[in-house]
Amino acid sequence: MGPLSVNELISANTNLFLAFIIGIGFGFVLEQSGFSSSRKLAGVFYGYDTVVLKVFFTAAITAMLGLLFFSLFGWVDLNLVYVNPTYLTSAIIGGIIMGAGFIIGGYCPGTSFCGASIGKIDAFVFIGGLFLGVLIFGLGYKIWDGMYMAKFLGSPKISQTLGLSDGVFAFLLIIVALAMFWVAEWAEKKFPRKEY
Amino acid sequence: MEAKKTKYLNPYVGGVLLGIVLLAANFVSGRGLGASGAIKSSVVTAVTTIAPSASEKSGFVKEYREEHPGNPMKTWLVFEMTGVLVGGFLSGAFAGRLKLKVEHSPNITSKKRLLLALTGGVLFGFGSQLGRGCTSGSALSGMAVLSLGGFITMMAIFGTAYALAYFFRKNWI
Repeated sequence: MGPLSVNELISANTNLFLAFIIGIGFGFVLEQSGFSSSRKLAGVFYGYDTVVLKVFFTAAITAMLGLLFFSLFGWVDLNLVYVNPTYLTSAIIGGIIMGAGFIIGGYCPGTSFCGASIGKIDAFVFIGGLFLGVLIFGLGYKIWDGMYMAKFLGSPKISQTLGLSDGVFAFLLIIVALAMFWVAEWAEKKFPRKEY
Repeated sequence: MEAKKTKYLNPYVGGVLLGIVLLAANFVSGRGLGASGAIKSSVVTAVTTIAPSASEKSGFVKEYREEHPGNPMKTWLVFEMTGVLVGGFLSGAFAGRLKLKVEHSPNITSKKRLLLALTGGVLFGFGSQLGRGCTSGSALSGMAVLSLGGFITMMAIFGTAYALAYFFRKNWI
């Protein structure tokens, strides 16, 4: 059955319309969870508010389990679901640069749109920065395209790399997440802040 | 005037709901959520409109065109991110959080906050291109489909932010 658009069960325009609807859900949940506030987001790096960690890992696990069960029930063909390719060098260096952007700017791209949607001026400026950053990458593409393409490993699943089945890996990730949630709850009590 | 403390959703409930949205994206389109991809589409559109001849020589635009034939603004992530603006606005309206303001720690000025936001945005924009997606498209969506690269990028983003947190603490706490 799924994915609907890949199996051509819905038209290209319906797919775009559903993208808009899914985006509304995405923005609504992010804002309801407090992701429109940079000071709340940055809290995860100082322990006073760990909402980012809790929402992020709960979401990843929910979607991961959902896909595994959907596959089990025959509702979605996982071979047709896009698995992000792994270019080792750029995955690490890109992540490092993004991590620096996160702690300096207080947002990531998705959350900055969320912040801008409720009027955060710092989020608008962050988005301006995003456009500049993408433009700089594009203009200097020749300088870093070697690094961008280096160490291509295909599209491996982390479970394959570790020699585990998808289900066992998912189970282990849930255990790790529960341990992190426990630490997160402890940190919020240890480093409390009243107003931010 | 001190407004009453805004009430947010329980984070675990929020996480499950976000997971369902991400699952829906995969079920419908065969791909996860994203954010920086929509900015890339806009930049490619702007560059090809302003400087068509120069953009033809750009490897960046060429690579994009190979992956996305057709109008770059008529893509999944552009529609999705438009939805994010609507959804965020609706949530803020229901919760009474719509307000034009610069949010910053009392220890820094608005001007400094905006300068930091700009710097962070430039870095994040650049990094998201190098890393083939941001926290949404690469880390979160990649993890949901068990992509090795998704996990690596997630660890690099959060690891770096934690490693640098001490040096930027005065901006936040």
